[in-house]
Amino acid sequence: MRSVVVARADEIAPGERKIVQIGGRSIGVFNVAGEYFALRNRCPHQGGPLCQGLTFASLRSGAPGEYQRGANGEVIRCPWHGWEFEIRTGRSWFDPERTRVRGYRARVQVEPPGDAQTYPARCEQGYVVVELDR
Amino acid sequence: MAGVIDCDIHNAPRSEAALLEYMPAQWRERRAGGGRLDTGVEVRRETLGDRSYLGGEYPRATPRAARTDAWPPSGDPPASDLPFMREQLLDRFGIDYGVLTPMLGAGEQLDLERGAALASAINDWQVAEWLEPEPRLRASINIAYEDGELSAREIHRMATDPRFVQILMLIRTAEPLGRRKYWTIYEAAVEHDLPVGIHYGGWGRGPITGVGYGSFYIEDTVAMASAFADQLTSLVCEGVFERFPGLRVVLIEGGIAWLAPLMWRLDRAWKLLRAEAPALTRLPSELIREHVWLTTQPIDEPPRAADFAALLEQMAMSGHILFATDYPHWDFDAPDRALPRSVTGELRDAIMCGNARRLYGLEHGGPAPRA
Repeated sequence: MRSVVVARADEIAPGERKIVQIGGRSIGVFNVAGEYFALRNRCPHQGGPLCQGLTFASLRSGAPGEYQRGANGEVIRCPWHGWEFEIRTGRSWFDPERTRVRGYRARVQVEPPGDAQTYPARCEQGYVVVELDR
Repeated sequence: MAGVIDCDIHNAPRSEAALLEYMPAQWRERRAGGGRLDTGVEVRRETLGDRSYLGGEYPRATPRAARTDAWPPSGDPPASDLPFMREQLLDRFGIDYGVLTPMLGAGEQLDLERGAALASAINDWQVAEWLEPEPRLRASINIAYEDGELSAREIHRMATDPRFVQILMLIRTAEPLGRRKYWTIYEAAVEHDLPVGIHYGGWGRGPITGVGYGSFYIEDTVAMASAFADQLTSLVCEGVFERFPGLRVVLIEGGIAWLAPLMWRLDRAWKLLRAEAPALTRLPSELIREHVWLTTQPIDEPPRAADFAALLEQMAMSGHILFATDYPHWDFDAPDRALPRSVTGELRDAIMCGNARRLYGLEHGGPAPRA
């Protein structure tokens, strides 16, 4: 397990994102309603830059006339063909069981870890850390 | 990989005014007097369906039907900025040659004279702003295709430039493409040995599908395949391929999966009904395999990858399938990912570049460096 500091917590506002390079991988780090999530910036369909896509709220309906709107910035749509993924889980909207984008654990920690040389200023809100398995 | 030739790139002017510079003075003046030069590049048509001037008013998939990452940093429209196109398409995917297919409405003008003037402007703009600065690009001759004579005149004018490798029409036309009114176009094409590329889109002045107007863009875009099938049926049944034995037709952005079953049906019907269409003297499938080429985008994606190979086998036209990206549109196919992995070796190379090289007479490995 490898933890990488990718941003100061105040850098990515709710509904916003930051795209970072970690060891040759492009990864999008998202703030969805105060929680952080990270996804591989490569659409499983044709390799488009998924994390550059538009984000929006999910909309679910149980019956005609009824609907539930999710949080803003919860779903991302690939800029190429518009395939949609839930940012929390990496699952696609149209085939959540089989079509997913790789996700990484992301969290906020208060103390900067040892390798955070690029973040010398202490941030009260803490740091966004992405965890990679290698 | 042996190379990539992209057979469908949609370049666009930065603005309507950028194209107006190439119009003759009399047309510029009319524009200044309030007449509209309807090139389809203005904001008004960005998100509205532009298949017609009568209905079809639904939002398209994205503004200008473009990939949302295809807007250049300058803020100009997608595919209007050559350096950005180089970066995002030509350089990024190592494209040897790209064939430009600007869709700016010349053939859809109701005023045919204006359509012809617009077509000439589009062709001159392609030379000055695309072919001159970028040797990897080739172009398509735009024509006001609802008028055969005006179209032939423009074909004769542009065919002297070898960087124009085909003639461009759209698939939804005012009449079926086998009709007499279009024959002068085919005659001029054969005279100059240029393929006729027929691209997705257009407004035929009638309902945009064979059963009327749908409610949504998804219906419009999926139903386009049936327009291709209908036009090919017309070309075959009117005996166009027999009247013009040198004619080569490229069906651009229509997909490929519909063609094998159509050939089966046509062959069967011809055996039963051939007396009705005397100009058609050979099996339709034979004529189609000789005279018709198809581009891959939007690639057909059967859920079982093995079905793609079966599809190619049923068509038996592997030498006539051409790779295309459709850049910068939202349904772009990436050169490194579009074809299923099961398509390998010589077949992959043929589709990615070899077939287009032969069809359009292009060099191996891209243009020679300039002296």
